[in-house]
Amino acid sequence: MEDFATHEYDVLVIGAGGAGLRAAIAVLETGLQCGVVCKSLLGKAHTVMAEGGAAAALGNMQEPDDWRVHFRDTMVGGAYLNNPRMVELFAHEAIERVQELEEYGAVFDRTPEGLIAQRPFGGHTYRRLNHVGDRTGLELIRTLQDKAVSLHVPVHMEATVTRLVTDAGRIAGAFGYDRVSGSFVLFRAKAVILATGGWGRMYRYTSNSWESTGDGAAMALDAGADLIDMEMMQFHPTGMLWPPSMRGILVTEAVRGEGGVLRNGKGERFMFNPDYMPARYRGQFAETPEEGARWLDDKARYRRPPELLPRDEVSRAIYKEVQAGRGTEHGGAHLDVSHRGAAYVRRKLPAMYDQFLHLGGVDITTEPMEIYPTVHYTMGGIRVEPETCATAVPGLYAAGECAGGLHGANRLGGNSLTDILVFGKRAGDAAAVFAASATLGAVDEKLLAEEMDVLLAPFSVTDGESPADLGSELQEAMQSGAMIERTQEGLEACLATIRGLQARCDRLSVPGGRTYNPAWHAARDLRFQLRLSEAIVRSALERRESRGAQWRTDCPATDPAWGRRNMIVRRRGAEVVVLQTELPETPPHLQAILDEAKR
Amino acid sequence: MRDRVRLRIFRGDASGGADREYEVATFPGMVVLDAVRAIQAEQDGTLSCRWNCKAAKCGSCSAEINGHPRLMCKTRVAEACDASGVIRVQPIKTFPVIKDLVTDVSWNYRIAETIEPVRIPEDAERPLRMQQADVARSQEFRKCIECFLCQTVCHVLRDHARKGHYFGPRFMVKLASLDMHPLDSARRRPLIRSKAGVGYCNITKCCQDVCPEEIGITDNAIIPLKERVADEFYDPIRMLLRKLRRRT
Repeated sequence: MEDFATHEYDVLVIGAGGAGLRAAIAVLETGLQCGVVCKSLLGKAHTVMAEGGAAAALGNMQEPDDWRVHFRDTMVGGAYLNNPRMVELFAHEAIERVQELEEYGAVFDRTPEGLIAQRPFGGHTYRRLNHVGDRTGLELIRTLQDKAVSLHVPVHMEATVTRLVTDAGRIAGAFGYDRVSGSFVLFRAKAVILATGGWGRMYRYTSNSWESTGDGAAMALDAGADLIDMEMMQFHPTGMLWPPSMRGILVTEAVRGEGGVLRNGKGERFMFNPDYMPARYRGQFAETPEEGARWLDDKARYRRPPELLPRDEVSRAIYKEVQAGRGTEHGGAHLDVSHRGAAYVRRKLPAMYDQFLHLGGVDITTEPMEIYPTVHYTMGGIRVEPETCATAVPGLYAAGECAGGLHGANRLGGNSLTDILVFGKRAGDAAAVFAASATLGAVDEKLLAEEMDVLLAPFSVTDGESPADLGSELQEAMQSGAMIERTQEGLEACLATIRGLQARCDRLSVPGGRTYNPAWHAARDLRFQLRLSEAIVRSALERRESRGAQWRTDCPATDPAWGRRNMIVRRRGAEVVVLQTELPETPPHLQAILDEAKR
Repeated sequence: MRDRVRLRIFRGDASGGADREYEVATFPGMVVLDAVRAIQAEQDGTLSCRWNCKAAKCGSCSAEINGHPRLMCKTRVAEACDASGVIRVQPIKTFPVIKDLVTDVSWNYRIAETIEPVRIPEDAERPLRMQQADVARSQEFRKCIECFLCQTVCHVLRDHARKGHYFGPRFMVKLASLDMHPLDSARRRPLIRSKAGVGYCNITKCCQDVCPEEIGITDNAIIPLKERVADEFYDPIRMLLRKLRRRT
């Protein structure tokens, strides 16, 4: 067997975005040994691309906000498919986690009173997004990076983990390769935290980077953990549409929070169409553009415009406008914030201004942006215990986007940045407690040899399939079969393509050597993507209703019976099965918060 | 716009290499990173480069395009190609080549470890209060995406290889963001003066010119740091006081 390097830690964190770094900080503060491994350089993870803000009910804007309202908004936005206990912990602790960032050195925008400034966002009753212009994610990751570095965290950059190592069912470590040298590496650890982010890359048009291939969730599934709500993919309403080079790149929801309006190709503010107003939000939004405009200056007296409905609703409305022949030149909608004035736009949305000017050739202070929904976020993921982020595999934890349960059927903007803080810390705390009383598990070298074979196989196949071609076919299939509008027929066709691609994976072939070889890296990533694509499509097929991000035009109703069930994906032998489970009971004190709004 | 462009890209590793030419079809808005990724997908999957966000937010895809340090995701093909439709893409020069367009930038991470993070006094009022006007300066520096283009173009590092003497513009910006944080109480000026070597910068402003975030690196960070160091260490009255104190 080929040689490999071995590193030992009490806790290994896989992924160095916000969740991974916050988890590492929690472990390091207990004095335990904690290593971090990440696919890119430190500070480049997907968190860096978050723009609008981190939602937490600090109540700095003279509005009667508190964690209960945040709890309710998150549950309503998630179409009640969320794990209520997770949402409770989240809404409660988000406040402290954001304030703590200031102690670590984060510098948020300020209110006139000198407190953290908060902006409005879709689905949030009050101004709740703590932000730094439109580069909040950068602030978050840099702050956590600096804090973790000050605690002397060892970071294995540009290394990919491809297999979790278990010992009689419990976690024993993780195995993979160094991307730079191509050599193999084993991490032995008493506990492992997955903070590997989402998997939007399996779609053609996405705001996600090459990293978002879902390695963590796929490995967890193989190791014996459950996945939950996999059908719930978030389509962000405003991705860039033109030029083609920029297709899919995110346009922050903060544009709408700061007063940006949506218009169809005929110049109509289509979000005011009452057909697009779901029953559960009726009466809470402005009914005329005039009222929406007045809200900008007087948030206490007027209601917000319907552009600030949750993302699933806005994405569907844009899609329907385009389908009805009311799209813009390139088949999308216009997003216009120019009426706010050049100085305001440049101060509150500097990154968007720059992005459109330099990459899109559009001056957003004078002209509208052309947008279309883009694949953005995965609500579903690894099923975890709310308090500890523990998976079904002893010693294995998951936090952030790779974990499921918090966001239900649709995530509210701003909730991901506080998700990673709250549950990053909780996973770190729990993993540290577990590791403190555990010993290192044994590593079965046979398993490592097996993984080496999987990794190296494409080098010995000549004239086989190209990982780039298969990846592209997968993107095409998911884009057409598992996007915003879903049908049984479309999903089944997509599943057939996925099965075909899975079979062709045995014939993958890559040129070149092992030093920093992107074709080789893509070959392993592809298997993870196919695994999760299958989970998404099969869960979507099974859920015969429309709820949140899942819109089945062949089952258009929202069915209360389905509202009590989560889809579960589990491995049984070599097969993957899709099961259903009852949603956890909402405890009375939380049910009371939900009922309050209904009265 | 041309239908096709030719890219001359460095292929090789630490032991050497040479440019190789590729031809790619263009599409509207195409940036150099699109072209490099098209080559990876269609012509040569072994071509190495770093990228993540493709929206100038992560600072991964730094390269020297026609000799100028730029982000590949923020450089339009139409604007970068010369009269004969050729674009030259090289790895950034100041750091050792690993392979093709990927360089070893680990030195920067080692420098970062030596800088003390923010220290907010325990007796400061909570929740913390800071005015927007007071945080604005620090916020400008915190826009840095760590693309290291400023490090690459800085001639102290690039031409004189003074990595042991000067931290470079990236870390002057970082030190300035900490020094100008309204509530920070850590004392970093001895570091700024000595190990970080602020005196090595002779204000040619090349770093400021290449910053994709348009941070006023020289004007707003380095020059004020130089002034603060001069005030603290070279003020004649303070120097005299220090001498007297040493005698007693």
